[in-house]
Amino acid sequence: MLKVNLNHRLGDFRLEAEFEAEANSITGLFGKSGAGKSSLIDMVSGLVTPDHGHISIGDDVLFDSKRGIDLPPEKRRIGYIFQDSRLFPHMNVRANLTYGMPRGASDEKSQNGEMSFDQVVDLLGISSLLDRRPKNLSGGEKQRIAIGRALLSNPRLLLMDEPLASIDVQRRNEILPFVEQLRDEIGMTVIYVSHAIEEVIRLADKMVLLSDGQIAATGSVEDIMSRLDLHPLTGRFDAGAVLSTTFSRYDTEFDIGELAFGGGTFRVTGVNLPAGTPLRAHVRARDVSLMLTRPEGTSILNVFEGRITEIGDYGGPQIDILMDIGAPLMARVTRKSYTDLQLAKGKSVFALIKAVAIDRRSLGGQPTSAPR
Amino acid sequence: MFALTPLESEALSLSLKVAFWSVLFSLPVGIFIAWLLVRCRFYGQTLLNGVVHLPLVLPPVVVGYVLLVALGRQGPVGQFLYEAFGVTVAFTWKGAAIAAAVMAFPLMVRAIRLSMEAVDQGLEAAARTLGASPWRVFFTITLPLISPGILAGVILAFARSLGEFGATITFVSNIPGETRTLPLAIFSLVETPGGEAGALRLVVLSVILALLALVFSEILAKRIQRRLGD
Repeated sequence: MLKVNLNHRLGDFRLEAEFEAEANSITGLFGKSGAGKSSLIDMVSGLVTPDHGHISIGDDVLFDSKRGIDLPPEKRRIGYIFQDSRLFPHMNVRANLTYGMPRGASDEKSQNGEMSFDQVVDLLGISSLLDRRPKNLSGGEKQRIAIGRALLSNPRLLLMDEPLASIDVQRRNEILPFVEQLRDEIGMTVIYVSHAIEEVIRLADKMVLLSDGQIAATGSVEDIMSRLDLHPLTGRFDAGAVLSTTFSRYDTEFDIGELAFGGGTFRVTGVNLPAGTPLRAHVRARDVSLMLTRPEGTSILNVFEGRITEIGDYGGPQIDILMDIGAPLMARVTRKSYTDLQLAKGKSVFALIKAVAIDRRSLGGQPTSAPR
Repeated sequence: MFALTPLESEALSLSLKVAFWSVLFSLPVGIFIAWLLVRCRFYGQTLLNGVVHLPLVLPPVVVGYVLLVALGRQGPVGQFLYEAFGVTVAFTWKGAAIAAAVMAFPLMVRAIRLSMEAVDQGLEAAARTLGASPWRVFFTITLPLISPGILAGVILAFARSLGEFGATITFVSNIPGETRTLPLAIFSLVETPGGEAGALRLVVLSVILALLALVFSEILAKRIQRRLGD
């Protein structure tokens, strides 16, 4: 749907990016601070004009340096949720929400898939805030209003630039479910910019990895997270594979949710969802232990047999082991264990994952039940 | 008790008229110049900034003389105004308004400029992404947000216009009923033997006028602040 191919120079910094985003999906644009994420979406929105390149949505060309096309931001119909909300301080919430509404848009009825004022207010749960001033609102409230304001301008695409950055960690769950709803309930296309890998893993269908102004990789979250060579970019500490699972059943006696995936059943605590709900589980490499024989009498609920497919040896005391257990899984072990167990490519091992290591933050991808 | 004599009320109403038109015409220009200085980068910007501030540092007599040379009937601009529109500004109250506007202009631009520098341009960018044209952004976002600065600029310029003396007397002279504003009337009375009592009355009037303007602006500023949500 969105096609971007840009080339821009800012002093010594060079931005070269080519990626696509599919309709009705969330594309996670991930990279460290200074990687050029914000500049990139500023160019998509039209706030910054790139030196060279091409941007289009479907057949509609927004920017083309060769053909001399450069639509101003107000003609692009791209919603932009900024890190700092940017609500207009001299207007109340209602006036903020209606600022970008197309003329003649009605309050109750939606036409051509446009969302009405009442629908947006309901969806975001902001009806009690309409007469308030932005100044007296919490970060989460401000961001919800910013989302509503962008939605009401009837955009074809939503850009979200680290929308959780200015919100308390405890309150981020006020926003994340809404972002999922935008895709699942109203079919919005979202570009979600973040330097927090957990947010991207939870939300994104596809991931674009940006590093130093260049696209390092694009692909599914599962593929990118299980690539050992990308760890310096996706973050060494939280590195780990992402399993695509579906919720199969809930064990009420022990409060355990069972997730089915290619390698069997994955057990986690405290998650109860309708059976069949797709769910993504981020299994950090440091939470995975390896054994050469099937363990007996262990407290660990998740034991999977697999074959080592790749060894990531960066010369330090730790070594990352990528294995295939019916899906890619990653373990981080010490060099000592690696030597003692004589681990090598092709060797058969058992992976042990404590169920309690997978907290709610590591699960995502679909509408969620209330977190415990 | 304090009934104005016809001469006094003439000077007062003339002063108000001169100050009113001076502010009315310089305000849009002031906003535009402030915008040029804050938001644009162009060759000669420093020069423009200097020219705008010149009346603040030049002796008012010099400004008045320059105006006379340029806008007098024989001056290049004055000649054009007369031939094209039949308008004469030298030695008329319109000239007094121009002199007041030029002298007050730097104060107005400074006040507006300060508040424009404080406007978060991110808000304007956000408005653009919501579908607003640059003009709509200016009138619905920028202008309301700089309204405290505009108010301050207007009050300063109005007060400065009421008090303008040097440039006015040089450019349009001291003609009763045409260019004799309050300060000029006070000057004339002080120069006249036995005029001190009349001068004192006008001084008191000036003080009352200034106080009223200040109180009024204070009330207005508070209302604007409330509307801006601070």
